[in-house]
Amino acid sequence: MIAAALPARSCGSADFICGAGSRLHDTFPGGTGDVVIAVIKVLLVANFALINAGVMVLVWRRMMAFFQDRLGPNRVGVMGSLQWVADGIKLILKEIIIPRRADRTFFLLAPIIVVFPFILAYAVIPFSPTGIAADMSIGILFVLAVTALAFPGVFMAGWSSNNKYAMIGGMRAVAQIITFEVPLLLSALGVVLFAGSLSMTHIVGAQQNVWFVVPQAIGAAVFLMAAMAENAAHPFDLPEAESEIVSGYSTEYSGMAFGLFYLAEFGSTFTIGAVFTTLFLGGYRPLFGITVIPPVLWFLAKAYLVFAVMVWARFSLPRFRVDQFLSFGWKVLMPLAFLNLLVAAAELAIFPHLVA
Amino acid sequence: MRLLRFRGGGGGDVATAPAPIDDEPRRPAPVQPGKSALVKVNFGPHHPSTHGVLHLFLTLDGEIVVDCEVVFGYLHRAIEKLAEQRTYVGGQALCDRLDYVSAMTNNHAWMLTVERLLDIEPPPRVQVVRVMMDELSRIASHWIGTGVYGQDVGVLVTSVMWAFNWREEILDVFDDFCGQRMTYNYYRPGTVYPQRLPDDYERKIRAICDRTPGRVEQMHRFLTRNQIFRLRAVGVGVLSADDALSLSCTGPTLRGSGVAYDVRRARPYAIYSDLDFDVITRDAGDCMARYEVRLDEILQSRRIVLQCLDLLKEVSPDMGREPKQVKPAAGREAYVEVEGPKGAVGCYMKANGTPNPERMKWRSPSFINLGALPLMSRGWKIADLISIFGSIDINMGEVDR
Repeated sequence: MIAAALPARSCGSADFICGAGSRLHDTFPGGTGDVVIAVIKVLLVANFALINAGVMVLVWRRMMAFFQDRLGPNRVGVMGSLQWVADGIKLILKEIIIPRRADRTFFLLAPIIVVFPFILAYAVIPFSPTGIAADMSIGILFVLAVTALAFPGVFMAGWSSNNKYAMIGGMRAVAQIITFEVPLLLSALGVVLFAGSLSMTHIVGAQQNVWFVVPQAIGAAVFLMAAMAENAAHPFDLPEAESEIVSGYSTEYSGMAFGLFYLAEFGSTFTIGAVFTTLFLGGYRPLFGITVIPPVLWFLAKAYLVFAVMVWARFSLPRFRVDQFLSFGWKVLMPLAFLNLLVAAAELAIFPHLVA
Repeated sequence: MRLLRFRGGGGGDVATAPAPIDDEPRRPAPVQPGKSALVKVNFGPHHPSTHGVLHLFLTLDGEIVVDCEVVFGYLHRAIEKLAEQRTYVGGQALCDRLDYVSAMTNNHAWMLTVERLLDIEPPPRVQVVRVMMDELSRIASHWIGTGVYGQDVGVLVTSVMWAFNWREEILDVFDDFCGQRMTYNYYRPGTVYPQRLPDDYERKIRAICDRTPGRVEQMHRFLTRNQIFRLRAVGVGVLSADDALSLSCTGPTLRGSGVAYDVRRARPYAIYSDLDFDVITRDAGDCMARYEVRLDEILQSRRIVLQCLDLLKEVSPDMGREPKQVKPAAGREAYVEVEGPKGAVGCYMKANGTPNPERMKWRSPSFINLGALPLMSRGWKIADLISIFGSIDINMGEVDR
């Protein structure tokens, strides 16, 4: 429905592949076509997720350097554009040191568990009208459920390392997710109330008249903060607070095992940006009706903007203490999320035409 | 190597602190059913925020610090012993390696002691240059102190990078004056070396002084008025004036507790009695107070530097002479204190008639201020321990000597 409303030439590369997939499906109705489409989609999403995480590392480091009056990586490739590749190769070549009394199975399993959720979350994010790997009817629920799966991995890492700092980091991570999962879900509920659907494409479609960040300003703020907290992004990075508990749950990790934690951190930071864009910033919808820019670029631009805001917060704010942080979650974000739900219901009753 | 330990003393407990659970820190804590076990953690010597190689032996109840034992000696270089085999002038290079963030004040303490042994006094111009170098050094050290404190409460290196950039300009000035950036070895008995001042030092130093208030304001905007920073610093790690005095703390650690003691005012040396500056104090005694004292002292040091620049135009151009032979009479001894950025830096020397001192003893403020850490940190959380530790602003080179 939405795809038909947009001119065909404005399709991004993701549209092209998926469009090709649907043609393939027409040509080969039945099993083979479906399998091929599924494989293409999985490859596309997984590779985009991983490569994008690498690109984010570069953006992150250059921005960090900008905030700190220095240059940042600028030697490998044009303006340091290949630095993340070099870092990745370095990490792969390094030895993964396993502490002698660590639980080997869980120690090695933990980074793999941590890295999966954010790739899975990419599956239901609508990059463009047709550029969505799996348009589930419970998209938003899927994202929130799947991203929460990373935390067992984090706790496993902390527990299996046989290190007190790692253990403290893992326990902090668990305390954190219990606290911030609730406001995160509640703030997303306001949007669901508006859109009347859990599907990501429906939520984007419902923002035709107004982006939900306008009527749901409190919800957007709570969602961003709770999502950052859940992702353990600074200033909420207590599970890996460097100045307190060395590196938290990832203290004992080295080589690519550490690299996977690193990858997951950046990948899920983008996931937050993408989900926030979908829920509150109109997804791939253009601003001021500028349809010359393809929707997939609109989407990426918005998601990167949210990412930039998170990097900004990361390098300008000190870290909370653990008790202050948890009481911030229970006593500030939670009531605000409930308030937001009331506001959403009231707004919907007073201005029913906000939603397309 | 036998490591030294101390567990702090002083009277009174922090109001919120639970009573110390066990007296013998090495004894494993008894696990009682239904009660949480105490965990012993080796905090350091290689930990990102111990500012070097400090080792804290912590007893934790969950996240709460029940006891904190300071272990040090990992950077011990026997500098006091080495000084006995160096000449009075050559040994000065050793004291550069003590508090390497502010080596000029160390040089000053050393050379004032040598001069007192020799009964000589440098001409006014030399004293003005020395005071100017000391105060620039204090600015540089306080930048590091406040910037790194920002990182200790969790700003990801941003404030540190700023601080190091700002310090860099001051190091450039030192480079012009003495050809070194960190270990200056600049002062000589009765003079400084090289005696010729660089060509356009005034323009460079004035440029730094012009930019300093804006940078202090930037630090205030970035940290002091940040709500999270205030949560982490205000009311944390309170050190009462009585405790600070009984633990012989000096410098911002003491002045942050409301005691207006500054060696530059209490026992003026060089030309400090002629200069116009305020002794900054805060009454709260918490981490915020110590941090704010540092930022305000930067502005006071700037005032002194500007006065010194004016004085350099007025005083006679005599730069003094280095004595041919530095050999104080046997049996003479001297103890001189100067106000370093971290507190009172004291140097004691005893002469035996040879070109080398018979005994040198260094009073390092970092070492003595560190003694207040166990008292201040009991009952606070791990994160607060780092905040408190950062607010003392120690330098391990000086603690271990």
